[in-house]
Parts: sequence; C-alpha cells; structure tokens
Amino acid sequence: MRKTASSTLAAAGALAIVMGSFSFAPSIASAAGASDIEEGKKIAFHRKKGNCLACHKIAGGSLPGNIGPALVNMKARYPDKAKLRAKIYDATVTSPNTIMPPFGKHKILSKSELDKVVEFIYSL
Amino acid sequence: MKKLLLITAAVSALGAPLVSQASPEDDLKAFRGYFMERFPNVPLEEFANGVYAIDPASREQWEAIEEFPPYEIAIEEGEELFNTPFKNGKTYASCFRNGGIGVKGDYPYYDTEKGRVETLESAINECRTKNGEKPLKWKKGKLASISAYMAFTTRGQTIDIKIPHDQRALDAYEHGKHFYYARRGQLNMSCAHCHVDNSGNKIRADILSPALGHLSHFPVYRSKWGGLGTVHRRFGGCNKQVRALPFKAQSKQYRDLEYFLTYMSNGIPWNGPGARK
Ligand code: HEC
Ligand code: HEC
Repeated sequence: MRKTASSTLAAAGALAIVMGSFSFAPSIASAAGASDIEEGKKIAFHRKKGNCLACHKIAGGSLPGNIGPALVNMKARYPDKAKLRAKIYDATVTSPNTIMPPFGKHKILSKSELDKVVEFIYSL
Repeated sequence: MKKLLLITAAVSALGAPLVSQASPEDDLKAFRGYFMERFPNVPLEEFANGVYAIDPASREQWEAIEEFPPYEIAIEEGEELFNTPFKNGKTYASCFRNGGIGVKGDYPYYDTEKGRVETLESAINECRTKNGEKPLKWKKGKLASISAYMAFTTRGQTIDIKIPHDQRALDAYEHGKHFYYARRGQLNMSCAHCHVDNSGNKIRADILSPALGHLSHFPVYRSKWGGLGTVHRRFGGCNKQVRALPFKAQSKQYRDLEYFLTYMSNGIPWNGPGARK
C-alpha cells in the first residue's frame, strides 16, 4: 500500500522535473521563420519564462491552474492590443492587489519575449 | 479578514508596511474566521492536515502513506539522540521543562532576556553549546530528527502560543505579520497571495494549502526532499519559488514569521512530524 502511494508521488515529481527542464532556448534559435505567435506560445507555456499555465487555462496547454481567468476571446476582452500588453507588463496597475507577476516591469520577460507573448495571447 | 486584505493592499501600495496595530487577538479572530468561511465543511482541528484537509483525492494517497509513516525512522533516531549523553554526561532532558517530553508547545516564545523569539530548534542547539557540544545544522539531519521526536511527544496537545503584552514581543509579532503580507521576489508575491487569497485554488497542478494550521506538523517529511526538513527550510523554499533570496534558517525574519504563523494556528492540535508531498 505504501509502495503504491509513494511511487505515484514519485511519478508526479518526475513529471514536474521533465516539464521543468525541457530544452527551450535551442528550439527558439532554430525556429527561424516560425511565427511570433508560435514563439510566443512556447514562451508563455515555458515554466521558467511566462509559466502562464500556472494560473490560467489556455488552449493547447495541459494541467492549467485556476488562480486567474481562462484566457479566451482576448480580442473581444482587449480590442486595444496596447492595453493587453500593459496588463501583462504590469498587472498591478489595473489590479493593485493581484498575484499576477509584473512580467515586463520586473524583467521576467525581455521586451521581445513580451511582444511575442502578447501576439500569442491576442490570437486566443 | 477584510482588515487583513487591506493590510496586503497597504503593504504593496506603500512599499514600506504601514499597518494599523490590531491586537494579535483581533488578528487571530479575523484570520480564523476567513478560513472557516472559505472552507465551511472543514472543522478547525482538521486544518492541521494542510492540503489534505481540503482535497479528498490527495488525502486518500496521504492516508495510505500515513499507514507506514516515512518519518518513523527519524523519530527513532531523534529519540536515540535525545537520550544519548553529551561528553559532560548530561542529556537534552536537562535543558527543558518536564525533561523535554511534550514541550514543543512552549515554542516559539518571546525571550525577554535575549530580546528575540526562541524556537524549538534554537533551544536544541543552545542546549548543545551550553554543554560544550557543537551546534547542529539547522534545516535537516540530526537537528530535524530531535525536533521530530520532541514534536511527536507533543502530539494531541493544542497550539496555544502567547504573545505577552511586552512591546518587543508585539514588535516581533508585527514584523512576522508584515513579512507574511509583503510582496517579494522577482515574481512579486506575498505568502498571503498563495496561502490566504488563493488557498484551495490550483497553481498549475498543485492545490494551495490554507495558512490556517500551517505550523502544526513540523518538522515535516517531504517526498520531494526525500527526508525531513524544519519549518525554516520550508520558508526558504517558498521564498525561492517567487525568485526571492531566502533568509537564513533562524534569522530574525524567519523566527518572527514562525512566531506570527504559529500564533495564527492557535486552537489547532500539534500533530508533528507530518508527511507531505
Ligand atoms: C500567479 C498567477 C498568475 C500568473 C503566473 C499569470 N497570471 Fe495573468 N492573471 C492572474 C490573475 C489572478 C488575474 C486576474 C486579476 C487581474 O486582473 O490581475 C490575471 C489576469 C490576466 C489577464 C487579464 C484577463 C482579463 O480577462 O482581463 C491577462 C491578459 C493575463 N492575466 C495574462 C497572463 C499572461 C500572458 C501570463 C504569463 C506570461 C500570466 N497572465 C501569468 C494570475 C496570473
Ligand atoms: C507562488 C505560490 C506560493 C507562495 C508565494 C508561497 N508559497 Fe508556501 N507553498 C506553495 C505550494 C505550492 C506549497 C505546497 C502545497 C501546499 O501545501 O500548499 C506550499 C507549502 C507551504 C507550506 C507547507 C504546508 C504544509 O502543509 O506542510 C508552508 C508552511 C508554506 N508554504 C509557507 C509559506 C510562506 C511562509 C510563504 C512566504 C514566505 C509562502 N509559503 C509563499 C506555494 C507558495
């Protein structure tokens, strides 16, 4: 009984490690010509970058958290793309008490990474 | 709880915390009330069980683990260490009330002579140095095992931490409280963002445990660690998660944090050592 339970937990741990370390930079480097949306998706889903799935359900991503709202229908929610960018740059401006990290302000993402994430989110 | 939420806002808006000094008693009432309302089907004493108090699926796995507790060996090792005399012939028992049995509930407390919060772990190491022995490492290993044994002999007692009406003790409490509600790290999150505002929600695949009862079961055996860790080890891990520099185990920051959080668990049973994912 103990064996079953602890091996299930060990398996879950292994999964997290695999997901945390999947190689990322090389795929960007070799993705010449891939669209900004595709690159933005990788950055948004990567655990060490956007890690948006920690909190948001996003089409194409598995095991999302449920801390923030599902990111759907974004063009309708944000007709002005600059406002969407500003939200991701620093969500505390519009929601002072938010848990969402200020991806631009705290340089969690570089300017070009942020721009690509915006393109991806805007496409949802 | 409204009060506490306002505190979070104040801390983040002003950077430097500027909080009205509600009494610890008022804080405790609001804090407990918030969680009892957020999880209406969970009785107070169940909050000793962290995420397993609120998530039936992981609770089942955990109950299976508890049938053959992974911390049992550590308790045995701790008991043996506890009873092994120092070179001068004395034992740990000489340093504690009641020979050190069932006394975890005495900690943390504000030591007016030393002018700081005393924790069980710091008392164990002071017992060693007082008797001419070297202090042990703070976060795991032998110290954690001794602490686990002492927690085990305290099981079933109720957490009842006192904050004396001494300004310095109140300051230590307030400092711990500010720490809990202050944003930190590149990810800009407070402890309360995860364990108060979002307790019960999922961060990726992990369910966030409620802060109420958080200090009941330390030291804890974590599968992720493959062993035992003290509560300051856990604090450091949660600081690192938000890309903040962790503080040292037994730093003033973590002692005061432990003081605040343990007080917030008053009324809940001591049930350490625990087992967690
Ligand atoms: C730790 C949790 C967390 C993470 C990580 C996170 N968010 Fe959020 N996000 C939230 C919460 C909570 C809200 C709702 C409150 C608010 O407006 O800030 C939100 C709101 C949003 C909104 C506004 C949604 C709307 O309908 O108005 C957008 C857009 C957004 N997030 C995008 C992102 C992107 C893109 C990432 C990753 C690069 C991300 N978030 C990462 C928690 C998070
Ligand atoms: C980004 C989210 C996040 C932040 C911020 C955070 N934690 Fe955690 N914490 C977790 C997760 C995830 C776990 C493991 C699952 C659980 O028990 O909640 C955890 C576990 C814990 C535990 C162990 C609970 C148990 O039952 O054993 C304690 C205690 C704790 N955190 C305290 C803190 C403190 C103190 C802070 C601030 C210094 C903090 N956390 C900040 C996410 C966070």
